[in-house]
Amino acid sequence: MIAKKAMLIDITLCVGCNACQVACKEENGLSDKEEQILSPTAYTVLHEFNGTYVRRMCQHCVDPTCVSVCPVGAFTKTAAGPVLYDENKCIGCRYCMQACPFQVPRYEWDNNYPRVQKCKFCASRLEKGLQPACAEACPTGATKFGDRDDLIREAHERIKAEPEKYVNKVYGLEEVGGTSILYISSVPFEELGFKTNLSKIPLPALTWNALSKIPTVVAVGGVFLYGVWWITNRRTEVQQLEAKLREMDDRSNGHETSNS
Amino acid sequence: MKQILSKITFWKATAGLIFTAGLYATYVRFVDGLGASTNLSDDFPWGLWVGFDVITGVGLAAGGFTLAAMVHVFNLKRFEPVVRPAILTAFLGYTLVILGLMYDLGRPLQIWHAIIMWNPRSVMFEVAWCVMLYTTVLALEFSPVVLEKFKLTKTIKFIKRITIPLVIVGVLLSTLHQSSLGSVYLIAPDKLYGLWYSPYLPFFFYISAIAVGCAMVIVESFLSARAFHRGLEMDILADIARVGVVMLGVYLSFKTVDLIERKALGLLFLPRYETYLYWLEMVVGVFGPMILLAQRKFRENHNGLFAGALMIVVGFIINRMNTSITGFEGWAGKGYFPSWMELAVTLSIVVFGFVAFALAVKYLPIFTHAEHEELSPPADEWAKDLQTVSQLR
Ligand code: SF4
Ligand code: SF4
Ligand code: SF4
Repeated sequence: MIAKKAMLIDITLCVGCNACQVACKEENGLSDKEEQILSPTAYTVLHEFNGTYVRRMCQHCVDPTCVSVCPVGAFTKTAAGPVLYDENKCIGCRYCMQACPFQVPRYEWDNNYPRVQKCKFCASRLEKGLQPACAEACPTGATKFGDRDDLIREAHERIKAEPEKYVNKVYGLEEVGGTSILYISSVPFEELGFKTNLSKIPLPALTWNALSKIPTVVAVGGVFLYGVWWITNRRTEVQQLEAKLREMDDRSNGHETSNS
Repeated sequence: MKQILSKITFWKATAGLIFTAGLYATYVRFVDGLGASTNLSDDFPWGLWVGFDVITGVGLAAGGFTLAAMVHVFNLKRFEPVVRPAILTAFLGYTLVILGLMYDLGRPLQIWHAIIMWNPRSVMFEVAWCVMLYTTVLALEFSPVVLEKFKLTKTIKFIKRITIPLVIVGVLLSTLHQSSLGSVYLIAPDKLYGLWYSPYLPFFFYISAIAVGCAMVIVESFLSARAFHRGLEMDILADIARVGVVMLGVYLSFKTVDLIERKALGLLFLPRYETYLYWLEMVVGVFGPMILLAQRKFRENHNGLFAGALMIVVGFIINRMNTSITGFEGWAGKGYFPSWMELAVTLSIVVFGFVAFALAVKYLPIFTHAEHEELSPPADEWAKDLQTVSQLR
């Protein structure tokens, strides 16, 4: 099995140089203007909170909501971790955007045959054994690429080594069932625009809960409806009764005639 | 006479205006894209076209399966006269939903992908399939009306023969997707405001769809009675209203249990924008019509019945709009109001629906069911049977 890849983002090390965005834009051939909000041409951006910089990008969830909601399976989760989008399948319902708990997928609103856009975790680079362009470009090691298990261990070690510096939490470890992008920070996460009350279970479980009842609904519902029809539809029964009575009448009539 | 004439011209002019605006909006939508024609954004990817044209539209068309079930499965043959208009509304409704979807989907030419590219984990996938199949069922259920016009008795006979399985399949498909439209939102527990998010969403959507299905049958009977100077089946409609009231009662009690279970009763009294809209939806769509229609003197009175049914419909629309739009505004941190082009398209679709309904009623045997006895005998034959049997006894 391929080891699950991840990136550890140590917010305390980020200096806000934007090298990740520059490298990403170059790697993906996007317009090189600097952007502060995720967009179809910015797969990663820096959000600033009082001098602290937070990199935002697709979290490449372990059990991704976008993959589960897409009616045509345009999103897929690859074995190594990247969550990828296929514009040739997409019908443009934007359920992925409505459902993503991190509000990541962006839409080409100005295109009349638009695509959904988001970070690709440099899947083609990973296949070649390279690390993502943004991780490579990061001058301080604030973004570090590696195996998810190793990076989780490392995150905990860094927190243990300097407990007075870090808040004791690895963000992304269990949010919506875990993500491939992990964060550690010295500022409480809720002050940095992170959603800290996300459920621990993967969101697809919530809809699956309803979807998995379909066979039962169909089976029980079908039998119920058919049964109700059978019981209420006494018309045929009455017709039979009628026929029987007529037959009996005929017979007794016949009897009488033969008697006389 | 002059008055009537000016009235007709007024409505024609209004419809013409709406269609012109809708046509222009259509041009902008398909040439310049969604960004140019709508107020949608990355923070608000679903707006009026999903909320009203699809989510609300499917609900408003629920009368078709409700009435078909009552008459054909539960054998309440008394309701037979209103089945046809209900099926017609449903069929038109679903057609318009698909039309609306073509505007909203970013890549409408690939809509058929749902047929071959499967993702059974997706609620949307299930809804797509159910809507597809159910629209086919509705077309079949409605086909005798058209076939009668062309006197294709053989085909009609065949369709009559498969009526029961067809109706049962239709009811099952409707049960699935009416509730699944609620399941669509189960995925967003952190985004959808607590007054609307609930693990029972599928159930709420289902029950309210049945209630509004009943209400729609009443409303459209009234409107077509006025337009075509027909009489009204008051006793039947009043009984359908009763079914609606019972559904609202079930809805209300589960809504209450749900808020208690989630310890969310406090939300009912927070001084917030969502609170007011929630109360609006409940007062107009649930409390109001329940109080009104539970009383015989209103239920069996023309205006009372119409008002009650209309309230259910309006309340239902507010509920679906709240669930799909209002409930997300807090999370998105911004409001959404449709652009005039979004409104123009939606209004055009609605007007188009009215026109199509009117034309169908005018040219097809929709409300003239009694004259076609030889083709759909049940009600009277049943009575005759009973008579014979009791006589024989
Ligand atoms: S963050 Fe959103 S877009 Fe990225 S994998 Fe998770 S659900 Fe999908
Ligand atoms: S917009 Fe495209 S990728 Fe997103 S859920 Fe819809 S079909 Fe799938
Ligand atoms: S992983 Fe690749 S696509 Fe994603 S932000 Fe980094 S450089 Fe961009």
